[in-house]
Amino acid sequence: MLHTFEIGGEYLALDVNSGALHSFYKLAYDICKLLTPPLTKETPEILYNLEYDKNEVKLAYSELYSLYEQKLLFSPDFIVDLPKNSVIPIKALCLHVAHDCNMRCGYCFADAGEYCGKREIMAPEVGMKAIDFLIEHSAKIENLEVDFFGGEPLMAMDTVKAVTEYGKKRAAEAGKHINFTLTTNGALLDDETIEYLDREMFNLVLSVDGRKSVNDFMRRFPEGGSTYDKIMPQFKKLAEMRQQNGKSYYVRGTFTAKNLDFSSDVFHLADCGFEEISVEPVALENNHPLAIKEEMLPRIYKEYEKLAIELAKRKSSGDKINFFHFNVDLEAGPCVYKRVKGCGAGCEYLAVTPPGALFPCHQFAGMDNYKLGNIYDGFNDESAQLRKKFKSTNIYTKPECQNCFAKFFCGGGCVAASVKYEGGDMSKCYHIGCELERKRLECALYLQAKLAE
Amino acid sequence: MKNIKTINKKTYSDTTFAGCGECRSSCQSACKTSCTVANQQCENKKRLNKDNNK
Ligand code: SF4
Ligand code: SF4
Ligand code: SF4
Repeated sequence: MLHTFEIGGEYLALDVNSGALHSFYKLAYDICKLLTPPLTKETPEILYNLEYDKNEVKLAYSELYSLYEQKLLFSPDFIVDLPKNSVIPIKALCLHVAHDCNMRCGYCFADAGEYCGKREIMAPEVGMKAIDFLIEHSAKIENLEVDFFGGEPLMAMDTVKAVTEYGKKRAAEAGKHINFTLTTNGALLDDETIEYLDREMFNLVLSVDGRKSVNDFMRRFPEGGSTYDKIMPQFKKLAEMRQQNGKSYYVRGTFTAKNLDFSSDVFHLADCGFEEISVEPVALENNHPLAIKEEMLPRIYKEYEKLAIELAKRKSSGDKINFFHFNVDLEAGPCVYKRVKGCGAGCEYLAVTPPGALFPCHQFAGMDNYKLGNIYDGFNDESAQLRKKFKSTNIYTKPECQNCFAKFFCGGGCVAASVKYEGGDMSKCYHIGCELERKRLECALYLQAKLAE
Repeated sequence: MKNIKTINKKTYSDTTFAGCGECRSSCQSACKTSCTVANQQCENKKRLNKDNNK
């Protein structure tokens, strides 16, 4: 499979099965679009109908043919045998330490932290028991992950601290290592918390949507007042520390139907001094007033291209700025197994709610028909079949993924989005999400080509 | 080549097929910074490199 596309005057082709990216002159690009494998050594007659000099066509075709012989163009399909082991090891837990929040954001899937249930804070004992559960079920995996999530996890700081300390100790005893991540809206960040998080967290995710007007429209305090003014000085402090000590963090925002000019939000965050930026499309039911709708896609594609072109300029002139969704490592990326396997929800990744219930991931938390058990009694009777179903939902089994040029970069999309927005069917793809994923990949590849110049 | 520049020399088939499961999980939902598999790093190779440098 070959995917050809044009961005910012560049003619590009991604050879899907090998992952090779080619930058073409227009002639080779035009030829390529007329070819279907298998290729012959002889130049196909039909190419001489193109309005180019015959010798030039012949030369370009011979170059394309040589890539074909090297299996870098129209390279053959391959199938990866995923291991069929009956025990699925767990490597990551999302701990919902607070089903409560001190903001009321317009697009919040967690229902202001309530997750369709009551407001609740996870007790330290539950979190510690979850660590035991993780270590017991991690088989041979050494690098484990725990994500403090909410609601707003800083509302459960005692639990965060107790679990981190306990987790470090338990992991060391077991000859393993846990990387902790925390996602916060920043409202409760004071200097002491900043210092603690910087020291203990492997990664920090800081939620802010971009420009003050955009941010404050969506991200609100129940009592009123600007969330932007409250959080930005603290986020800047934290980001500066992380940039200095080379530790990982992201500022992350969400764009909705109300700010389709989101590249301005990305550059606003860059101009505030943040180097690691993620701004991503909201996922909501189609009838929600903030939802991204089909008719907005062309506008969003243009915006992504604009962002990529400007990023290429800024990066070439030495600016340190990374837009998370355009990060792709073409040379040292993950192995094919990882590319095929996808997000791992329900399998290697599980979510734990405040009372200790287990769900396939944070997006399923509170959906009773997806409950997998709890950390005290372990997996329930339904879990085996459900986890198997999650495991076998991947780019080889989802019909739309099989013919998608982005499959080895995307890994098969978000199961939760399929369940929520595509009528409960895991094997379907969340259409809007896929369209945007494909566009982002094109832009990411464009950026790679530009930076290789 | 005159008409074509290939950007990456390595391809998937070059990356050792390992599937060891040590790399970070990759959630694509917006509230988790939408990792796709492509923007994850391989922890296995890092380790191999480290071993080579010993
Ligand atoms: S760490 Fe590397 S080799 Fe192991 S599963 Fe992840 S990408 Fe594959
Ligand atoms: S973009 Fe959609 S169709 Fe393509 S691989 Fe991802 S989930 Fe599948
Ligand atoms: S199902 Fe969606 S939200 Fe859940 S872990 Fe996978 S990508 Fe993330």
